Amino acid sequence: MGRYLIRRVLQFVPVFLGATFLIFSLVFLIPGDPIRALSGDRPMPASVQQALEARYNLDKPFWQQYYLYVAGVVQGDFGEDFRGREVTDIMRERIPVTFKLAIYAFTFEVAIGIAAGIMAGLRKGGFIDNLVRISTLIVISIPIFVLGFMAQLLIGVRWGWLPVSGLGDGFKSYILPAIVLGSTSLAYIARLTRTSLAENMRADYVRTATAKGLKRSRVVGVHALRNSMIPVITFLGVDLGGLMGGAIITEGIFNLPGLGNAVFRAVVQQEGTVVVGIVTFLVLIFLLSNLVVDVLYAVLDPRIRYE
Amino acid sequence: MATEAKESTKSSIEELEFNPHAPLLEVDDLHVEFRTRAGVVKANDGVTYSLGEGETMAIVGESGSGKTVSAQAVMGIIDSPPGYITKGAARFRGVDLLALPEDERRAFRGEKMAMIFQDALSALNPLFRVGWQIAEMYRQHRGTSKTEARKKAIELLDRVRIPAAKERVDSYPHEFSGGMRQRAMIAMALALDPEVLIADEPTTALDVTVQAQIMKLLADLQAETGMGMILITHDLAVVAEVTDRAAVMYAGRIVEQGTTKQIFRASYHPYTLGLMNSIASPEQKGTKLIPIPGSPPDLLHLPSGCPFHPRCVYAQDICSVDRPPLRDLGDNRKSACHFAEEVGTGAK
Amino acid sequence: MSDFRQAEAVTETETVAPPVTEEVEEEVQKPIEGPPPGATTSLWSDAWKELRTSPLFLVSLGLVVLFIVMAIAPQLFTSTDPRACSLSNSLERPSSEHWFGFDLQGCDYYARSIYGARISMAIGVTVIGFAAILAVILGSISGYYGGWLDSVIARLTDIWFAIPTILGGIVILSLLGERGFFQVSFVLVILGWPTMLRLYRSSVLSVKEMDYVEAARALGASDFRILLKHILPNAITPVIIYAAISIGVIIAAEAALSFLGVGLQLPAISWGLMISGAQTRILQAPHLLLFPGLFLSLAVFGFILMGDALRDALDPKGR
Repeated sequence: MGRYLIRRVLQFVPVFLGATFLIFSLVFLIPGDPIRALSGDRPMPASVQQALEARYNLDKPFWQQYYLYVAGVVQGDFGEDFRGREVTDIMRERIPVTFKLAIYAFTFEVAIGIAAGIMAGLRKGGFIDNLVRISTLIVISIPIFVLGFMAQLLIGVRWGWLPVSGLGDGFKSYILPAIVLGSTSLAYIARLTRTSLAENMRADYVRTATAKGLKRSRVVGVHALRNSMIPVITFLGVDLGGLMGGAIITEGIFNLPGLGNAVFRAVVQQEGTVVVGIVTFLVLIFLLSNLVVDVLYAVLDPRIRYE
Repeated sequence: MATEAKESTKSSIEELEFNPHAPLLEVDDLHVEFRTRAGVVKANDGVTYSLGEGETMAIVGESGSGKTVSAQAVMGIIDSPPGYITKGAARFRGVDLLALPEDERRAFRGEKMAMIFQDALSALNPLFRVGWQIAEMYRQHRGTSKTEARKKAIELLDRVRIPAAKERVDSYPHEFSGGMRQRAMIAMALALDPEVLIADEPTTALDVTVQAQIMKLLADLQAETGMGMILITHDLAVVAEVTDRAAVMYAGRIVEQGTTKQIFRASYHPYTLGLMNSIASPEQKGTKLIPIPGSPPDLLHLPSGCPFHPRCVYAQDICSVDRPPLRDLGDNRKSACHFAEEVGTGAK
Repeated sequence: MSDFRQAEAVTETETVAPPVTEEVEEEVQKPIEGPPPGATTSLWSDAWKELRTSPLFLVSLGLVVLFIVMAIAPQLFTSTDPRACSLSNSLERPSSEHWFGFDLQGCDYYARSIYGARISMAIGVTVIGFAAILAVILGSISGYYGGWLDSVIARLTDIWFAIPTILGGIVILSLLGERGFFQVSFVLVILGWPTMLRLYRSSVLSVKEMDYVEAARALGASDFRILLKHILPNAITPVIIYAAISIGVIIAAEAALSFLGVGLQLPAISWGLMISGAQTRILQAPHLLLFPGLFLSLAVFGFILMGDALRDALDPKGR
């Protein structure tokens, strides 16, 4: 276990460096004047341009630029916007919103997704199974922004069940956005759980568990389910990336002042530094969550950890 | 939860009216079907046998002959769908298991009857420690405490001769060798001192030297406990060595039955004879091995009459029309062949 | 829009690469029993027999064909010019003459919805086509030769996986001044290739151990010939299933990027742009959201359903 952990952490470092390098070079090596790209279409006084060049170390060689950028990120410096405000300040007040939204969405998708997947997987080919199969495909097919607007229009405005904009109602404000954000992943989790459980129910060790005289609830709940969760756990790691992309859209639609909303606005207002700063932060969170998922994976599956 | 399990297991089995004079296990006219997309397969088509205390019985046959299915039906672990028991009985000391409600059937498994499987690597749960999987028997059936169950698991591992059982109890299945895994399976099956042990090809996946050790272990344990054992195998050498009686299965039916000695002395069914001729044995040194001609039957489209007739050197016209019943030939032996006597006395 | 790598989940468990190193991966994944060379055709013909009678597949086929025809020949569906707009019709609700009503500029919304299919389908097919070519070339090298090249490619994909698609798309596209079909497709290929590559690589790994590949090698066939004639036909199936699903996912990703304002730009006619234009007016004119949303969802549904039906028919394990 220890060696596995150390190796995973060691693998994390080059991937983090590679990813930040990729983002960095994309932003700063794109043909044309990088400062002009950062400022978008707005005209820029020469003094500002020089100040920015100095701030982003553009007068230095590329490798040094990258080094200084990464060193900044490691120390928690994600740059500044054009009004001179630290990106970390922007993030600090927005992180709780996005964090709550993500946690609610995650809880919703995991709870309902796994439950639906289990019901479908235990009776493959039955009514519930077909219902889950088709309904999840439909949910996957409806892009999140279409789903978001539809939910806003029907549930929020037409029927008035839940708040549709802003944070005025505390927890209630998060319900609809969280459901919209989690719905696609919910469908994927349900499908994965379903196939995985149906496959494991046919496995030899599940037959052994039955032959041991264990209750069916234990055969399914302890023996089959734990094995079935392995691919689901793997998916959850990937899924966090999806949630972040989704949060940008969901927070935009429901007007929640989170990180996604900040990116959304920064894109519209063409604030390149804010976009890059927050995206770098999100990638970092994504990588760290994947590390956690890997550890979880090893906890679940001893064959991995003892390798 | 654990105490609950203890009570339900004990009480539900104890209330049953066992007849101490009835045979330990009696399988009577068992019919099992598999309903697949391609059609209905009769995996067991009227299987009858009985097993006494302290007795070892072999069920011999090729893969697809229905030998494993009959054992799974008795254990109550057939995948359903597609498998269904359509007729017959399996009586344990006179109590028909197939008529019991699922809750009582479940209590039977592990407690009175246990099964070990061919491939211990896939039959053990890869995610749990071996000791935990053994201890689970005590915890779930008897409500034993965690520490007590673990102690018993170590004892069992010791009993199946796993060296350094104290350390090994915390290993995972993939850290064991093939032979050790099979020993752990055996330990798990014997945890609650079952009266019937079904061993489904327990040595097929193992190296030859390990095979002998495992068979010896099983024989020793049986002698110690006096349980009845059903050994499912295709290996006649194993049958000759450790079993008292044997039933040979072909295409879902028993085609020959008798004591192992009788069958090895003289087979009364051409299929058994074919099996004998196709293995090497020291007595037959120098003689040619004769494989059975043809291939195992397609269970979806069984030949008419005797299902073995297309491969049978004794076949006459009647064989393709009339299915021979399992006849009593006296002296406790049975054969399902129209020409059993000719086959047995070597008239051809 | 969620990340299109999630689409892996639809193509069954084995395609979700476990987050472990290559050695473990090979150990844990049981090699998929590949069919002998002659069996490829029978695998597909068996699958076709099953697909022909599968209602889900027929529905998906109908939808896919419908949208392809719509993309190639929109004139078949409408004689109205989607760019002939009159402000006097602005935001008019649907009527018997104009089923889908009009948008803010007073353009016929039905015509625009029909013409919107073209760019979505073009981007979906182009992106997946290029990603598949990249995947087959790099996956062949990586899976067949192994060694340091394999390690380099594996580490590269690790890095790529660290950047979620929509996030990466936003960063790159927001920096580009001009964004059309070419730029959006390019970015989606750049961000989308690693998944397919991994899929094809693991497929190559299991196929290359097959006896008929060994036999071909023993007979002195060149590596190129083995990869093309023996491995490709047998290893491509999971990529095809994944490709069908991914076209749907790419269409949705393009719409999401356009919706966010970093994808296609006006005057292009795209469902994502139409929905983006509708967002401030969904209360007065819900039809502006409904119709492009419906077209978009149906197109995505068609491809995803097709991939699902293909997998059911081609994966003998699931039967």
